[in-house]
Amino acid sequence: MSARNVNVYYGEKQAIKEVSIDVDTDNVTAFIGPSGCGKSTFLRTLNRMNDTVPSARVEGEITLDGENIYSSGMDVVQLRARVGMVFQKPNPFPKSIYDNIAYGPRIHGLASSKADLDTIVESSLRRAGLWEEVKDRLKDSGTALSGGQQQRLCIGRAIAVEPEVILMDEPCSALDPIATAKIEELIHELRGRYAIVIVTHNMQQAARVSQRTAFFHLGNLVEYGVTSEIFTNPREEKTKDYITGRYG
Amino acid sequence: MSGVAIVTIIIGLGVIAWLSARAKAARLGAASPRRSGDGAPPRSLLHSRPGYHGWYAALWVALPALAFLSIWANIMPGLVTERVLESPAAASLPEDGFARGAILGEARNLAKNPGAIAFDQRSQALVEPYREAHRFYSIGGALAAVMLALAGAAFAFTRIRPDFRARTRVERIVMMTLLCASLIAIITTVGIVASLLWESLRFFSMVNPLDFLFGTKWSPQSAALGYGNDDAFGAIPLFWGTIFIGAIIAMAVAIPLGLMSAVYLTQYAKPAARAWLKPILEVLAGVPTVVYGYFAALTIAPNMRDFAAWVGISGASSESALAAGLVMGVMIIPFVSSMADDSIASVPQSMRDGSLAMGATTSETIRQVLIPAALPGVVGGVLLAVSRAIGETMIVVMAAGLAANMTLNPFASVTTVTTQIVQLLTGDQEFDSAKTLAAFALGLVLFIVTLLLNIVALQVVKRYREAYE
Amino acid sequence: MTAPMAETDHDMKRRLPTDWKSNAMQKRISARYASERRFRLIGLAAIAMSAGFLAFLLISMLSSGLGGFTRTEIAVKFDFPKAAIMVDPAMLHGVNADQALSNANLPAATAQAAIDTLGKGGDELLSPSAWVEVRDIIKDDPAILGRSEILSLPASADIDLAAKGNAPAAAEQAYARLDEAGLVSRSFNGGFLTSSDATDPSQVGIWGALKGSLLTMAVTLLLSFPIGVLAALYLEEYAPRNRWTDMIEVSINNLAAVPSIIFGLLGLAIFLNLLHLPRSAALVGGMTLALMTMPVIVIAGRNAIKAVPPSIRDAALGIGASPVQVVFHHVLPLALPGIMTGTIIGMARALGETAPLLMIGMRAFIASPPDGITAPATVLPVQIFLWSDEVSKGFVEKTSAAIIVLLMFLLGMNSIAIYLRNKFEKRW
Repeated sequence: MSARNVNVYYGEKQAIKEVSIDVDTDNVTAFIGPSGCGKSTFLRTLNRMNDTVPSARVEGEITLDGENIYSSGMDVVQLRARVGMVFQKPNPFPKSIYDNIAYGPRIHGLASSKADLDTIVESSLRRAGLWEEVKDRLKDSGTALSGGQQQRLCIGRAIAVEPEVILMDEPCSALDPIATAKIEELIHELRGRYAIVIVTHNMQQAARVSQRTAFFHLGNLVEYGVTSEIFTNPREEKTKDYITGRYG
Repeated sequence: MSGVAIVTIIIGLGVIAWLSARAKAARLGAASPRRSGDGAPPRSLLHSRPGYHGWYAALWVALPALAFLSIWANIMPGLVTERVLESPAAASLPEDGFARGAILGEARNLAKNPGAIAFDQRSQALVEPYREAHRFYSIGGALAAVMLALAGAAFAFTRIRPDFRARTRVERIVMMTLLCASLIAIITTVGIVASLLWESLRFFSMVNPLDFLFGTKWSPQSAALGYGNDDAFGAIPLFWGTIFIGAIIAMAVAIPLGLMSAVYLTQYAKPAARAWLKPILEVLAGVPTVVYGYFAALTIAPNMRDFAAWVGISGASSESALAAGLVMGVMIIPFVSSMADDSIASVPQSMRDGSLAMGATTSETIRQVLIPAALPGVVGGVLLAVSRAIGETMIVVMAAGLAANMTLNPFASVTTVTTQIVQLLTGDQEFDSAKTLAAFALGLVLFIVTLLLNIVALQVVKRYREAYE
Repeated sequence: MTAPMAETDHDMKRRLPTDWKSNAMQKRISARYASERRFRLIGLAAIAMSAGFLAFLLISMLSSGLGGFTRTEIAVKFDFPKAAIMVDPAMLHGVNADQALSNANLPAATAQAAIDTLGKGGDELLSPSAWVEVRDIIKDDPAILGRSEILSLPASADIDLAAKGNAPAAAEQAYARLDEAGLVSRSFNGGFLTSSDATDPSQVGIWGALKGSLLTMAVTLLLSFPIGVLAALYLEEYAPRNRWTDMIEVSINNLAAVPSIIFGLLGLAIFLNLLHLPRSAALVGGMTLALMTMPVIVIAGRNAIKAVPPSIRDAALGIGASPVQVVFHHVLPLALPGIMTGTIIGMARALGETAPLLMIGMRAFIASPPDGITAPATVLPVQIFLWSDEVSKGFVEKTSAAIIVLLMFLLGMNSIAIYLRNKFEKRW
């Protein structure tokens, strides 16, 4: 997935300025930057969740498999199935665990039979690292799980439709350290199958989970490169200031 | 001396007390200025501003006197009658209490308006003693009231001193007034329960409660005609009619239309359209029910009957359950819609985002995520709507008819609890008959059912709100 | 999931990537979009049906009710010198004019004039109250007694209906004859707004009921507003959290949801049967409606009081105001617009209320406006209910016309409420 010269406006205000970036399945990409720098906004343009904000306007080109996702031929419903998203606060639907996972496959018609759907649910829960914990209570409500489990359920829900990209918007900010560790471990395991983009305000986390890091500041992409280099030897002065904690 | 005059005098005394007490307090305050050292403005030694002293005095003048007068107005007729009976002219009165009461009543009437006609000559003789007694007691009462007012004034004036906390006293009375105002709500509730219970108990002493609650034959007319109370007050057909119209037909209209209106307004309509459409729905709630009733009876019902005749449904009546239920459903739409609106709005945005991010369309999100999540709130709203529908009176009185049928045919006529209450109480019935009292028993059932529905509904809504907070 | 699934190895084979471009998938997508459009359309249809019903109701009321504000008049040649009017013109200038004219046998003279002008049965074509207009004309201009004049007098209910195109055949024919002779005209029916109930639809008016409504509303307002505001102040500002306060709150919330007819039963049992207050009177109606309106005002009042920011209370307390002064000098004035809005809405509801007033006997036939709050009275909604029960066809348009008047009042009240709400909304 790649973005070229993307500008995003909210009404008159420009939130993203001329951002170009590529993400791929081999690497986890982290977006870091101070609050209000536009990293979440940019993330939401990648699966057109910004469409739900009436005043938002996107310029530039974002392609998925060479296809512009903002072109008129692109179907937003399919796009979002191909580019999944995990939110800051776990948001399981008030349905059973099973129905939460089965939601995507059902609406998109990905399972041909009940057995097929069962398989998808099991494999998704396994890959989300939740199967062993919930396999005996798939009928329980998803909202009854703990926060960390809920977030893994949401990740499982996202991967149940076999997306190509998974966008994670500060997925651990509402979780305790142990749950955070589990999610980070999960991200490691998912790498290679899906292109993963994670927005985080926690630089240690970016350093731990990502291979590429993009630093945003005031809507600009200041620096983008290999994580280890960004953290040890940033090219830009601003990046250095942020990473060493001068502001943010 | 008339009541109005004496009340005016008391209030006048109160105003005088207010003015003079205020003036006196102001003089006291001016006479004893206190200097608080280095050049600060002089501060009055008065604890309370003069106005509070004025109010204190005025309240002392008016409250006891007015309280006395209101008590006096209630006991005076008794005293007057007693005095009349002691007069020599009363010696010729019959022993029988009822006849004596009638004569005394005529005498009272004659004393008040000289043009009135008396049927019993003996009452003429009592007019003069009556007037005399009335004059005696009303002048006595007025004098006592004025004395009381003056005594109150005297007491209040002796207490005007710089350190007297008039404001605290006045504020205490204000607080008492506030408390009394809020107690009215409890008194009203108690009044409703007591009056319904009391009259219902009288009814149940004539009719077996089980016959009433589970009987299937409702014909209070036959009871009134003297065929006995057994078998005449079976309220099941009424309950069925109420449920059929209010909880089934009306809800069949109001739930889909109200829910879909709310969905459209909250999820699809642009803000400008919403700003127009929402008030239109609210207007539906503001139309008086008598207008709906007239509309149902005049326009909807005949069309329903013609339609039924055209389709070939038998038993169609021009006072059909369907006409009343349909119109009632329309009346309830804004209610359901605003409850559903609130419930859907309180589903967290993240839930909606989560579904959209999975690639669901808006309608899939609404049907599979938002509505299930909002369901408890919607159910609570529907229960409230049902409680309103079954308590609604005018639409059913005007459009539903009086035949106590137990039928599933929506084109037939059924009757409801509220219709029968109106029907039973608007004839020229004596108040103690089982027929009139039955209205109160029906009212009691209605009150209990709506109360329970409301309590359950509010609990459901409350728990639902807490779940998302 | 019922059957336990086979324990596949952890590194499950990756599913084949979904072919989003496949035909089946494209078909599915368009079906989903079709269902999306359908759903949206259903939503729009739901709103359209609700709005359509409202429009239908209003239009049908207007179309059947506007006729009620006009009346049909017939030109009748009145030859006063010849007519058997036994009255001394000199008497008509003093206070005795009414007395003199009521003895002047005007009804008979009017009937005779109608028969002379319109032929046999002509008197039937005029409203039974036509002579009242003749009387007023004479009173205004006694000189008329000396000459002959053509007067436009109100037609009977049947002719009026025929003029509006909805009458029995006989009346239609009579009307057609009159119309051909050019004797009929239409004019504004001022009597509808100034007179009271009557047995003949051509004579009825709403003033009696309207005055009853106004008196009832006055009683309701005078009782429920102070009590409601004081109760709201107490509950919001002073009430300690205890069982009593809880009971008050529960009572108020429940009272707001009690069916209105129950209040009617309360009024009947307590005000009429226990306290022996006058039956059918605006006083009792107002008291009953006040009990109904009070919870509405309390709830609106509490919300308005809650919206006054605590900083204002702190500021006033900080400069040494007592709690009572804080509330009456600062909180109440600031909350007043909100309270007024709630009050107007509550009053509008009370104005449209019918059922509880039926219970306390305000359904009497009131041929003259009530002259006090203890006199027998009826109110506008009850008048509508009573007229809707009349068999005579002429009452249909009168009922609708009365509904138009009632709706105008409600519209006015709600507009004021909305204006207040918009004007004073969000000041901090």
